[in-house]
Order: sequence, then C-alpha cells, then structure tokens
Amino acid sequence: MNTNHTLRRILLSLVLLLGLPVLAQGQELIADQDFGKGPNEIVVTFAGTVDRAMVEDPANYRVYEEQDPDILLALESVVLAADQKTATLTFKEPLNARLSHVVTISHLSEGGGTAAFTVMKPYLGYLFSILIGALLINNFVFTKYLGLCVFFGTSKRKDTAKGMGLTFTMVIVVSAIMSWFFYQFILKPYGLNFLQIVVFIGLVSLTVQAVDTVLRKVNPALFNAFGVYLVLVIANCVIIAVPLILADNEYKFWESFMLALGAGGGFLLALYLMSSVRERMELANIPRTFKGVPIAFIVAGQFALAFLGFSGLVIF
Amino acid sequence: MATDKTNLQLVVNGILNENPIFRLVLSMCPAVGISTTVMNGFMLGIAVLFVQVCSSCTIALFKNVIHPRIRIPTYTLTIATWVTVIDMVLAAYLPEAYAKMGIFIKLIVAFAIITMRLEMFASKESVNASFWDGIGMGLGFMFGMMALGFVRELLGMGTLLGYDVLGFKPLLFFVLPLAGFFCVGLMMAFFNYIEIVYKRAKRA
Repeated sequence: MNTNHTLRRILLSLVLLLGLPVLAQGQELIADQDFGKGPNEIVVTFAGTVDRAMVEDPANYRVYEEQDPDILLALESVVLAADQKTATLTFKEPLNARLSHVVTISHLSEGGGTAAFTVMKPYLGYLFSILIGALLINNFVFTKYLGLCVFFGTSKRKDTAKGMGLTFTMVIVVSAIMSWFFYQFILKPYGLNFLQIVVFIGLVSLTVQAVDTVLRKVNPALFNAFGVYLVLVIANCVIIAVPLILADNEYKFWESFMLALGAGGGFLLALYLMSSVRERMELANIPRTFKGVPIAFIVAGQFALAFLGFSGLVIF
Repeated sequence: MATDKTNLQLVVNGILNENPIFRLVLSMCPAVGISTTVMNGFMLGIAVLFVQVCSSCTIALFKNVIHPRIRIPTYTLTIATWVTVIDMVLAAYLPEAYAKMGIFIKLIVAFAIITMRLEMFASKESVNASFWDGIGMGLGFMFGMMALGFVRELLGMGTLLGYDVLGFKPLLFFVLPLAGFFCVGLMMAFFNYIEIVYKRAKRA
C-alpha cells in the first residue's frame, strides 16, 4: 500500500518535470488570446501558421474554469481563419467571462506540441465594471428598491442629502471591508455561515458607534455636521445588503471594496438627484392630496423608470 | 410610565392610527420591492410580525439592565437574532416562498419600524403592553403590504391570490417592480383624499 503511494508520487513528479518544458514551449506558440465577440467564444492567435486539420479538431482541446478543473467545458467547433493564425473556439454554452479559463491544446503540430494558457479579462476593467454596476446599472435605490426609508427621510434639502450620502459612503466602505474579513477568515473556515446576519449587523453597529465616538472627540465641527446622520445609517437596508451580496458572490477584497464604494456613491447620487427635484417642488402648485410624501414617491418612480434605461448595459 | 391604553386599543393603534407603511412611512423597501402579490405581502407580514413581537418582548424584559449608551447596538443584535431564527425556519419549511422573497427576509434586520418601536415603546413599557403593541405593528405592516399587493395583483394581472378574478389584465404596468413607487404614492394620496373628505363632512 505504502510503496504503491510512493511509486505514484515519483511517477507524478516525473511527468511534471517532463511536462513543464513542453508547457513553457507552448507559451511561445500562442501570440494572443481573448474572449470573442459572442458570449460563448474564445479567440486564439498563434505565433506562426498552424496545421488546419490539427487545430480544427475539437478533441485536441481541454478547457475549464480555473476554480473547477474537474468540469471540462464542451466545445462545439473550432474555426481557423483564412490567415491560418487566428482560431475561434465556439462553446456549447455561454462562458462566464468574469472567471479566468484555462485552455490546453494538444497535438498542435505533427511533433505533438502542447500549448496551455489562461484567458481572462483585465482585472482593473472588471473592478471598474463592478463600480459602475453598483453606481448606475444596479443602483440600490432605483433598481433594487433598498434604503428607501432613509432615502425619503433625508432628501428634502440638498445639504442634508450631501451630508447623509457622504456619511453613508464612509460607513459602508469601512463596514463592508470588515465584514469581508470576518466572512473570509472566520465565518467560512469555521462553518458559521448561519451567523451572517448577526455578525454583519453587529459590525455595522460597531463601526457607527466607533465613528461616533472618535468624531466627537477628534473633530467636533465635523461631528456637528454629520453626527445626526450616523444613527440613520443603521436603518438603511443597503448597509446590510452589501455584506450579504459580497458573501453570496464570494467577492475578493478589491471587488468588495468597489461594490461598497459603488453602493455608497449610488446612494449619494440618488439622494442628490431627488433633493434637487424636491427643492424645486416646494415652489410648485401640487394638489393637496399629493403634497409631501405621495408626490415624492411618484417622482422616485419616474427616476426608477429613467434608471431602467441603464439595464443591460455591459462595460468590458 | 405605563401606557393607559387597553390591549385592544394597542393593536388597533398599530393597524390604523400608526400604520407603519401608510402613516409612519417606514419600511418602504419591501412595500415597493415585493408587494406584487397578496401572498408575498402576507408571507413577509408573518415574518415581520414574528420578529417584532419577539424582539419587543425581549427588550421589554431586559430594559432595566441595558445601558442607555449601548441601547441601539443591543436592539440591532436582538433583532438580528430573531431574524436569523425566522430566516432559517422559512428556508427549511417554505423554500418556495423563501426563494420568492429573496434577500428581503434577511433585510428585516434593517427595517426602521422594528428599531423605532423598540426605542419608542418596548424600552419603556411592560412586557404585556409591548407584546400587544408588537402584534398591532406587525398586523399593521401585514395589512399595508396586503393592501398594496391586492391593488397591484388585481390591476396588474387580474388575479387575487393566484385565482383569475377579472379575466383580463387592466394595467400590466403595475406588475413591474418599479410600479411600486407609483402604487404607494397613489394609495397614500387616496388615503389623504378620504381623510380630507371625511373631515369636511364632519365639519358640515
């Protein structure tokens, strides 16, 4: 039993040792790789001309997502362009372009050259798309209908709106990062996922209490300006929705940071837009039954209709 | 300082005079987000009723040992505990309804109505009064959600509780999630109108 294991390990390392130079050589065969125009395409550009029959045989490819090497993606066809350099791989199902994909091509030439490479989107672009997504496309107020109590309560004046938006952004970024650390390094490793709600809301309360205490001592002027909004932060659903979303989607550190920043910025944007309209509305002649909150709801509905125009927008 | 209202008055107060959705304008997120059918409103109402009653009783029970400086975090953690309970119960026994409501069950923890009732009522009154106030607020929320669901389901899909009532769809627009804004605004205006007419009739 034991010898069997040792033997297998030696064999494995031998294979790896022999295989590695081939992989390194494979890198030089490929000039460029990227996701194609369609949702289920990968485009590969070879460094030199290649053999059409070899390249167009789907059996020579192994493609999987980096995180699940066991699940191979089914390839529909491979088409080599007329220049004999650019091959388009078409898959049976759409690819998840957010993940990096590992592609291995065997039998690239008569000698049996093998190429392995990773296809992924530029990470900064992906981060940017998360930020814009949370800010505009999936704006928490107008397309997810969260944080409305505070939204209607503090959007009467522009000054209040700015104060609330800034305080909220500050608290949500700090608390989302703390929630991320707790989730990744404590809740997940010890199987305490059922404590998510208690831990996340506890962290928010702690952050608010800490900011309150520190601000009161360090900068009383700033505290006088923003202190009143701190209590309201806890009553905002967005503050607990963001940690839950980033735990559900297994976001990494910078992705979590961008989501929190986008959520806070989106809330600030929504508040500012709304308060601009409501300041004007005070001068308008509104029917008595609609005065105050009812007309605010109707205006918010119109904003939501406008924000519907962002849906389906894809950046990168 | 004990309240001088009877239990029944406390319940009716929550449903009518201080209705969480139409009077206090609190907990608007679910009122806009998922009030598309009567059933959704009813399910979320049950969850809120449970959390409100349980946390009100808990806080009323421990009100004398909670330090005033840390009362808000204490309220939040109490609510979070009860939300976790109802979240797990619903996920285990009613997975279909749970999937429909999505993240909103977990978000009960941030509903302003519950924290506000703990601060304004349960932290000052007896356990008994807090229990009935919790029932009133929970039922008020449930009725508000069901009223919204009634209008939206009837006008949007022509059905009630899934049964075809009208046979046609008067205003498909009302099923869209964002129509919640218009629906809440119009219903509030409607209630204001009734109040104005009622007062005028009383004076005359």
